[in-house]
Amino acid sequence: MLDQFSIQTEKLGRVYKLRGAKKGEARSLVALKDIDLTVHRGELFGLLGPNGAGKTTLIKILTTLLSPTSGRAMVAGVDVERYPDKVRPLINMVSGGESSGYGLLTVRDNLWMFSQFYVIPSKEANARIKKLLDIVGLKDKTNIRSSDLSTGLRQKMNIVRGFMTDPDVLFMDEPSLGLDVEASRDVRHFIREWVNQDQRRTLMLTTHYMVEADELCDRVAIINHGQVLACDKPATLKRQLQEHAIFEIEIQENPNLDIAGFKSIRGVNSVTRQEVDSKVSLEFVLKEEAVLADVIGKLTQMQLRIQNLRKREPTLEDVFVRLVGRRMEEEEKNAESSAN
Amino acid sequence: MTVLGRAYPRVVGTQREVSWLLFDVLMPMMGVIGYVLVYKALKAPEDYVGFVVIGGAMIAFWMNVLWSMSSQLYWEKEQGNLALYIISPANLMAILLGMAVGGLVATTIRATFVIVFGSLLFQVHYALTSFWQLGVVFVLCMVALYGMGMMASSMFLLLSREAWHIANLVQEPVSLASGFYFPIKFFPFWVAAVASFIPLTLGLDAIRQLIFASGPTLGFISISLEIWILLGLSIVFVTGARFLLKKMENLAKKEGRLTEARR
Repeated sequence: MLDQFSIQTEKLGRVYKLRGAKKGEARSLVALKDIDLTVHRGELFGLLGPNGAGKTTLIKILTTLLSPTSGRAMVAGVDVERYPDKVRPLINMVSGGESSGYGLLTVRDNLWMFSQFYVIPSKEANARIKKLLDIVGLKDKTNIRSSDLSTGLRQKMNIVRGFMTDPDVLFMDEPSLGLDVEASRDVRHFIREWVNQDQRRTLMLTTHYMVEADELCDRVAIINHGQVLACDKPATLKRQLQEHAIFEIEIQENPNLDIAGFKSIRGVNSVTRQEVDSKVSLEFVLKEEAVLADVIGKLTQMQLRIQNLRKREPTLEDVFVRLVGRRMEEEEKNAESSAN
Repeated sequence: MTVLGRAYPRVVGTQREVSWLLFDVLMPMMGVIGYVLVYKALKAPEDYVGFVVIGGAMIAFWMNVLWSMSSQLYWEKEQGNLALYIISPANLMAILLGMAVGGLVATTIRATFVIVFGSLLFQVHYALTSFWQLGVVFVLCMVALYGMGMMASSMFLLLSREAWHIANLVQEPVSLASGFYFPIKFFPFWVAAVASFIPLTLGLDAIRQLIFASGPTLGFISISLEIWILLGLSIVFVTGARFLLKKMENLAKKEGRLTEARR
């Protein structure tokens, strides 16, 4: 009988010591704190969060590259810290923007080399490589040196490297990084098909692209500052916001605009601002539709003219904003300025 | 399969980028010629020329161990390949061996060129006393040397650029202590004894005793003793490499240094 869970973490934590910290500066960094996650066999699971949230740290622990500071993690029923050699034949990893392999070797040679580390007989390895290169659209680049590939094509080669070993659990860390829109779509389609083909297969992917997580994942964990804020199916997470009304209001840029003024209105859960050309787009998450009248009243008070108003369905971005209080881009900028 | 897989890029690189013929074969020959000319100027016995030629050939193996294996993990870490090696079922020792085996193509060409060209140019005379002993000495010397190289490579799992500097630092002292260009018999005994922990020291000394007429008179200790010591070093270094690689990997995992520089 197969184990129910492919990935399990119990109170998983990771703290980095920061060397060379000056007086008054933090001497340690909490990258993960009390992470409790379970990923079922056959699931396509997403880890969604801004840069610096702890996604890559979690992946590194699960792929036996990093030791946890507390708690434990199991992959395919095996403790990753105690028995890494038992975990490794069952997993593989693809990172976005990786430059693995050797530039002097052709695409086929690089992939064949990595297949040998997984003890795949050459004939079988070459057959898998040929099939996968065809699927990802690299068939005509088989004998091109990998140093001559563009970033996007190189990433496709890396993706083939990950799938070629047919792992029980595949980890993909920002797999769309470097890919154009069409290539990203093809890769997402391929990932979905791969998981669907065999119930034994599990895939965990990290991303900061909401659309990717929404479109692809069976379940998503939203992570920020090393903690899991929510974990459920994307539809369920969004449904939690459906009791709320989301409105987008476009106005002309105006010095009278005071965001704090809207937050003080009863029934306004959150308001975020985006600038597009010379226009300002305000996004309101309201407790109920009736609150819209108060919002419009405030806009009138501020002498702000509405150019466009529409109601929209909640997205994972809205879920994130509700949990964190900021859009992901703002959260990333905030994290960057804190680090500097 | 791991060894062959990792050796493959080296072999391909040897064929596709042939500039190494100039840098790794022709130019090192100049060092050999320099030492030969010094001995000729000093009117040293003829066999000293042979010592230099053989020493020059063996340097190729030392360079292969130091730069194509030990410190290679630094580049693999920089490039992101180290992480992929670690998460695979492949044994790190097999990966390192693959690097060394792949580098042996170029190394063997370099060593052979030095011996053949040097012997012809300087008319070196050989007096081989035992072929099988020569074979045993060479094999044990290589096993011990590559084992030592694997032990050294483990520090690259933990360190970053610092390990690269350490490799730079040990290159010349080891060349001196091993007696690449002179018999170590002329060291004080305790210096030669300490230097004997480097496999090439006793390996070279034994090879010289076996292939040159005056070899035995200029040898440090007897060939049979050197063979036993090399056997012991092989066992210690290979076992030590296995232990250290695992230990350093675990330490690097704890400190988060397997895939990135020190935080």
